[in-house]
Amino acid sequence: MSEKPNSTQLAVVGAGPGGYAAAFLAADLRMQVTLIDAEANPGGVCLYYGCIPSKALLHVAQVLNEARHAAHWGVEFSEPKIDLAKLRAWGQSVVRKLTGGLGQLSKQRAVHYIQGRASLVDHRTLRVQKAGGGEETLAFDHIILATGSRPATLPHFPSHSPRVLDSTAALQLNHVPKTMLVVGGGYIGLELGTVYAALGTEVSVVEMMPGLLPGVDRDLVSPLAKRMAAICRSILLNTKVAAVKEEKDGLRVKFEGAEAPAEEQVYETVLVSVGRKPNSNIPGLDNTKVEIDSRGFIKVDLQRRTNEPTIFAIGDVAGEPMLAHKASHEGRVAVEAIAGHKVAFEPQAIPAVVFTDPEIAWCGLTETQAEKEGCPIKVARFPWGASGRATTLDRSDGVTKLILDPDTERVLGVGIAGPGAGELIAEGVLAVEMAATATDLKLTIHPHPTLSETLMESAEVFFGQSTHLYRPKKIPR
Amino acid sequence: MATEFRLPELGENIAAGDVLKVLVSVGDTVSRDQAVLELETEKATIEVPAPVSGTVKSIHVKEGEKLKVGGLILTIEEGAGKKAEKKAEGAHEAPKAKEPVAPLPKAEKIQARQDVKEKAPEARVAPPVPPPPAAMTATPPAPRAKDEPLGPRVAAPATPSVRRLARELGVEIDEVTGSGPGGRISEEDVKAYVKAMMTRPAAAQPGAAPAVLPLPDFSRWGEIERQPMRSVRRKTAEHLSHAWATIPHVTHHDKADITELEQLRKQHEARVEAAGGKLAMSAIAVKVVAAALKVFPQFATSVDLVREEIIYKKYAHIGVAVDTDRGLLVPVIRDADKKSILELSVELARLAERARNRKTTLEEMEGGVFTVSNLGGIGGTHFSPIVNSPEVAILGISRGRIEPIFINGLFQPRLMLPLSLSYDHRMIDGADAARFLRWVVKAFEQPSSLSLEE
Repeated sequence: MSEKPNSTQLAVVGAGPGGYAAAFLAADLRMQVTLIDAEANPGGVCLYYGCIPSKALLHVAQVLNEARHAAHWGVEFSEPKIDLAKLRAWGQSVVRKLTGGLGQLSKQRAVHYIQGRASLVDHRTLRVQKAGGGEETLAFDHIILATGSRPATLPHFPSHSPRVLDSTAALQLNHVPKTMLVVGGGYIGLELGTVYAALGTEVSVVEMMPGLLPGVDRDLVSPLAKRMAAICRSILLNTKVAAVKEEKDGLRVKFEGAEAPAEEQVYETVLVSVGRKPNSNIPGLDNTKVEIDSRGFIKVDLQRRTNEPTIFAIGDVAGEPMLAHKASHEGRVAVEAIAGHKVAFEPQAIPAVVFTDPEIAWCGLTETQAEKEGCPIKVARFPWGASGRATTLDRSDGVTKLILDPDTERVLGVGIAGPGAGELIAEGVLAVEMAATATDLKLTIHPHPTLSETLMESAEVFFGQSTHLYRPKKIPR
Repeated sequence: MATEFRLPELGENIAAGDVLKVLVSVGDTVSRDQAVLELETEKATIEVPAPVSGTVKSIHVKEGEKLKVGGLILTIEEGAGKKAEKKAEGAHEAPKAKEPVAPLPKAEKIQARQDVKEKAPEARVAPPVPPPPAAMTATPPAPRAKDEPLGPRVAAPATPSVRRLARELGVEIDEVTGSGPGGRISEEDVKAYVKAMMTRPAAAQPGAAPAVLPLPDFSRWGEIERQPMRSVRRKTAEHLSHAWATIPHVTHHDKADITELEQLRKQHEARVEAAGGKLAMSAIAVKVVAAALKVFPQFATSVDLVREEIIYKKYAHIGVAVDTDRGLLVPVIRDADKKSILELSVELARLAERARNRKTTLEEMEGGVFTVSNLGGIGGTHFSPIVNSPEVAILGISRGRIEPIFINGLFQPRLMLPLSLSYDHRMIDGADAARFLRWVVKAFEQPSSLSLEE
């Protein structure tokens, strides 16, 4: 008699921020959960190869940059000695601590964790190729696919060359090259470029659109663009890489485009950061009714359910924006939907943060979007030159702005550029979700002297009454 | 008259609640819509309003008790309460005449709703029984996009917890009017909406509110498949819900002896086919109706409740219902009175084909004053078509059948065509309808009066 396959109430494939958040909530709701991932502990790309290691390194970069800048204030540090092995080890220890912690949480909640790779047999069964060897078949009532995404590659690049890096390889920090070309001026390329530049690499950036961080409001990008121009060897916009050839001492790159240098350039390493692709190529998915759209995302409804009623999909594999916090919230909605609660994934604002220096963060409606959709808005902008706290930090290169509905004063979006933008944006998200008005923000007492005051002062700007910025309104409100 | 007040449907996911507080005592006078009970459900406390005005005769629940949907709450001795609402204005008629669900048709009521929407009210006013937005002929519907953001997207101003509450109660958040600054929707607003929903007589209000009652999870009982509602189906659903909700329908049935007409039809069939048409009953009916409208102009009108006027249309554009793979379409034949039956047959065939091939233009679909719906080709003995609002009448045709008719002392086999005239009783009275249909019947029975070419 053949062994009856194991079964589980809920299977979660992928233990990144989406998958583990879902699994943990399901366990909290007393569901029997099985969590499957190729790594030994939950964490996914975010913890192992993305958000966490990059932020650890970016913190180091920030310290290095501030230390250098301190000379302006009468504190001069000598050139730092960088022990790369120790830096690497520290980064790895951060990852180990956090992923180990997730492993603990998983055990505490009695989540059945399987290290391996899953494939679908049909809409009620999956098979796992276990890391330690062997296979396991698992029947499930429901499954959440949280398989995430992978770095996109460029076809004409010699990807096998150790000199061509993707974000994962770059974060391994095997060595600090003398020169690096960052292909793609999006947030990943700029964050990693910032790290390497701080460690001493001459970084060049090439971007095919007319500006860095395409799609992001220009007034938020501009303080960063200025800084990047100062720390990078060159920033080439409206330019593409036409050809890359591996040579003995580096990679020879030919450019084409508006700012392409006439001659070919040689770089020790090239970082390819041109976006990420959803991991929707799950074996066995075509044995189910699940549909994938033209960009490779799994199609889901408001509850994150696919066309197959037993199968849900969340996170990077289910659509934009490809952000960890969006995945976590989707995961929780999916689990609640499976538990029979009447829920939907319907946030009014999902924040996005670029952890460069200065940081850039935004949420809700952006000026770019408003223009595209023909949405009438009013923008209340507060430059950090007028912020007391920013001045004490010697960082007036920032801006805070509110995107408001001209009739109801409602806060539709918030944009911030400057150190700490990533933390400050949370108040903006809350304002949008709570349908706060400019008056609400204006009347909420913010502590002084802080950068958070800039949100309150932006609201004051809307009424032409900003304390620290003289911008009288022509028509009294 | 003593009314038993039972707990109405609250939404599919709420089958019962706990009685938190009984707000009235025996002997109290209550007005319709006055809160008489506080009920605690899984996620929210809801106020349950009285359905009628009167005096509380007896109370059948106690605080702390569990109360199921359908459970008896109070017995109310109906009488002149403070706001004794009179029963439906036109309640005399046939079973089809529905009690006006919401007291819509008064201009002042419409004005009042506009006021609530336009400014942030000083006091928190629970929105009036929300009539379907499209019902107001003069006011444009509430600008709330549902699933498709139309143009600049502005989501309902409700915090995440309020949005969750709305989902739990099965309320479409976009339908709720917010009483806070900037139209902000609070928890109270959502509950008030639920309460307003409950003042309607029970769940069977298909046209009354845009689908607010939540559906159960059907997959609990077996396999299901979901398909998106296509635009034709969606529009049909909206349009007919509105028509049904706003028009007091009566359907008047009659039969026409078309034995001779049928013979004539067969004689001329070939000729019409050669011209590219089909000499079918629909084309003949259009001709007859176009002529009838000259004799009975009140059947080619629309009712303007805002200005309290009747609009007489001095043209005879007749819509003909066409069944297509996408659903029901109603292309319009213009100036049907000026066209011969031959021309009508050709045009009808052409329009039907264009409709089926998705080639009809917007112009071809609008401007009708009367509609004809012929299901005889498929079958049926009679049916009650829904008036194609803002028209006031529609003629339904069912399948002709040979029946024994008593003529001159003998039963004779005659081909009888069932005709069903549905009409808007606000505009058309029973006697008029009967006369109109009799005229139409006579026209069918005197085919010599119908010419192929005129």
